[in-house]
Amino acid sequence: MASIHTGEPAKPDLAQAPRWQTYRHGHHWRNADDEFDAAKMGMWLFLTTEVLLFAGLFVAYAVFRMKYPEAFVAGSHHLSVKWGFINTVILLLSSFTVAYSIRCAQLNKQGLLKLNLLITIACGFAFLFIKGTFEYYPKIMEGKGPGWFFSYAYAESPWEPIWWGLYYCATGVHALHVIIGMGLLFWVYLGARKKKYGPTHYTGVEITGLYWHLVDLIWIFLFPLLYLIH
Amino acid sequence: MSTIDQHSQMPSHDPHGHAGHHEGSYLTPVGGFWATVWDWCTTVDHKKIGVMYLFAILFMFFLGGVAALLVRMELLEPVRVLSDGSVVGQFTRALFDADGTVADHNNYYNRAFTLHGAIMTFMVIVPSIPASLGNFFLPIMLGAKDVAFPRLNLLSWYIYVFGSVFAVASILGGGVDTGWTFYTPYSTTTDADHWRVVFMIIGVFILGFSSILTGLNFIVTVHKLRAPGMGWFDMPLFVWALYSSAIIQVLATPVIGITMMLLIAERVFKVGIFDPVLGGDPVLYQHFFWFYSHPVVYIMILPGMGVISDMIAVHSHKHIFGYRAIAFASLGITAVSFLVWGHHMFTSSGELAAAIFSALTFLVAIPTAIKVFNWIATLYKGNISLNTPMLYTLSFLFLFSIGGLTGLPLGALATDLHLHDSYFVVAHFHYVMMGGTIIAFVGAIHHWWPKMFGRMYNEAGGILGCILVFIGFNMTFFTQFILGTRGMPRRYATYLTEYQDLHVISTVGSWVLALGFLVHLLVFAHSLVAGRKAPPNPWGGISLEWEVESPPPLHNFHHEPIVKHGPYDFEHVVPPHCDPAEYPVHERDPNRAH
Repeated sequence: MASIHTGEPAKPDLAQAPRWQTYRHGHHWRNADDEFDAAKMGMWLFLTTEVLLFAGLFVAYAVFRMKYPEAFVAGSHHLSVKWGFINTVILLLSSFTVAYSIRCAQLNKQGLLKLNLLITIACGFAFLFIKGTFEYYPKIMEGKGPGWFFSYAYAESPWEPIWWGLYYCATGVHALHVIIGMGLLFWVYLGARKKKYGPTHYTGVEITGLYWHLVDLIWIFLFPLLYLIH
Repeated sequence: MSTIDQHSQMPSHDPHGHAGHHEGSYLTPVGGFWATVWDWCTTVDHKKIGVMYLFAILFMFFLGGVAALLVRMELLEPVRVLSDGSVVGQFTRALFDADGTVADHNNYYNRAFTLHGAIMTFMVIVPSIPASLGNFFLPIMLGAKDVAFPRLNLLSWYIYVFGSVFAVASILGGGVDTGWTFYTPYSTTTDADHWRVVFMIIGVFILGFSSILTGLNFIVTVHKLRAPGMGWFDMPLFVWALYSSAIIQVLATPVIGITMMLLIAERVFKVGIFDPVLGGDPVLYQHFFWFYSHPVVYIMILPGMGVISDMIAVHSHKHIFGYRAIAFASLGITAVSFLVWGHHMFTSSGELAAAIFSALTFLVAIPTAIKVFNWIATLYKGNISLNTPMLYTLSFLFLFSIGGLTGLPLGALATDLHLHDSYFVVAHFHYVMMGGTIIAFVGAIHHWWPKMFGRMYNEAGGILGCILVFIGFNMTFFTQFILGTRGMPRRYATYLTEYQDLHVISTVGSWVLALGFLVHLLVFAHSLVAGRKAPPNPWGGISLEWEVESPPPLHNFHHEPIVKHGPYDFEHVVPPHCDPAEYPVHERDPNRAH
């Protein structure tokens, strides 16, 4: 079919275009940039609430560390620095891959985007697997359970159950965040398979990445407080 | 101003909207009955969500009010009332002791006041103004089409309902007797074999999410969705108040979240963090609890102050006095709110800490007094309409001032040691929370009722209700100041006979109060069924919500407004002797259809 040359670049065929190109921002936004900025701001505010949520646990940690230092020293000695360190490395690696996945979306490298998301999710699985298999399970078998389930006969301090209570609360709430983060990443991965994210629209990858960084950051504080300070 | 001449003959709705192109109001049914129900259940329209919040909150207000009437009923006489053979006694027995296992019948009273406190705090006053009226009017006042995250908004309503279901389930299962503060070890030891306390705590935890999501949504909306031309100081003061309280919602609520999680862990796993028997620290619980629950009283009062600022200016037809002072006072209250939680623990924390917290507490009086003086100055030489919203505004000034001033003897260490845990405290916070927030809420519902539902209410009925509420409220709670100074302790189901006269006045007051709310209910029902159709601008306001039809169209505006004057510039905008219905409106951008 002959066409009149108008001097304008050819319009992309929208039916064939990937979904990130045809993305239309919400009807109440003036443009996609405003919507993107707002989504990011919303996620940052949400991260603030997460920090304050964990702040409660950190305050409780500080209070009881001052109150029962010997129980905390004794309890901390039972933790495996080796597995804690490996988990730290795993989460740091996953933070890199999730940041890389955002970059891949910006550069329209669809294959690498999906690969990085999958590696991040795999890191989450590895973290939870190590936590469960090499840390929670043997400890609970030895009787070092939280509160009610504490039956360890060789405790050095009568207040050790409080240490274990805080340990399980803090790492448990963190693990819950890892699971939620993995769910979000999987949702982003499903979107990436449908080519939802690209240079002009990558909101989902960006804000999920922000959330995942927080999960990592909380662990960066938990690891020294629980494992390293004796 | 040239724009005035240009638009003075224009109807109040969008001058660029043309006949035949109107999409109908947000209340227009989309189809059959079930289609409409489905539309409301899945709507992301902030107006519908605001209305759904309004009805959910009013329903919870009814439940909490019934519990309050039971509390006052028990205190009518020094002997037990809630478990005797009367109708009330049988009702309470069926509600709180269906299986007849409660040995100490004083527990009926404990359960009644716990339900009253927990429902009124977490399910009524915290969401009251922001979630209902805030949701409805924040985007319209900013000239926006919706809040920043409409789906999150709907989610937060469902979370509210879900959390409330948990709380109501604990009531239907027999109730909770820990007090609304869930202090340990009450909350870890009472009803140890029951799930009800856990259910109530889970309910509060879930409700926290709803509050956080609403606050987050509002902050982003204010930052990103203001209409062209609307700077920060062109926003109505209601928006400033919502913004300030949203900051507290976002920063304080997660702390109650982790506190409730740890409390559940305490009850279920006995982790021992709060239980003194296991080596835990109950005062730590109090710190955690009040780190949220003191800022939360400013979540409750700030939006109330916001609607008062708007109502007092609109019904005085006069520029608000000290716009910036009021706006910054809101932010000031937000800042100070995080520093005063220790005044709930004067007797359980150290002396130095108590002295510091006492000093910080007095700081709150400064921004609060700034607001009150500015409101009163706004009335001066105003053209005041004494209608229901204005009467509620004046009630607010009167009651809130009493509530605020009686806070000072409670903030001072020496007097607090005598007054704490007495009825003086009960009276003080009811004057602030109910005399402040609820009075502002009811006034604001009247103020915006014509806009929300497109119908006028019966003014005489509204005024009658307001007078009954005002008299009933003062009868109920002013007596409690006297009871408190005479030594009547709070949370007791019985008392010495010397106190009975005042208790009887208080209880009769609670009936007058209930009657007042019943009158309002009838007025609203009458308005919905047979009310006169409301014009777009019944009061002569000049903020953006009065420029759209009543009820507003689905997308709020037909075209995006361009803001050229402030929300209170009556003197500059309104020509003398101008019919309110023909107030000029902001210009619209004809190229940006909403």
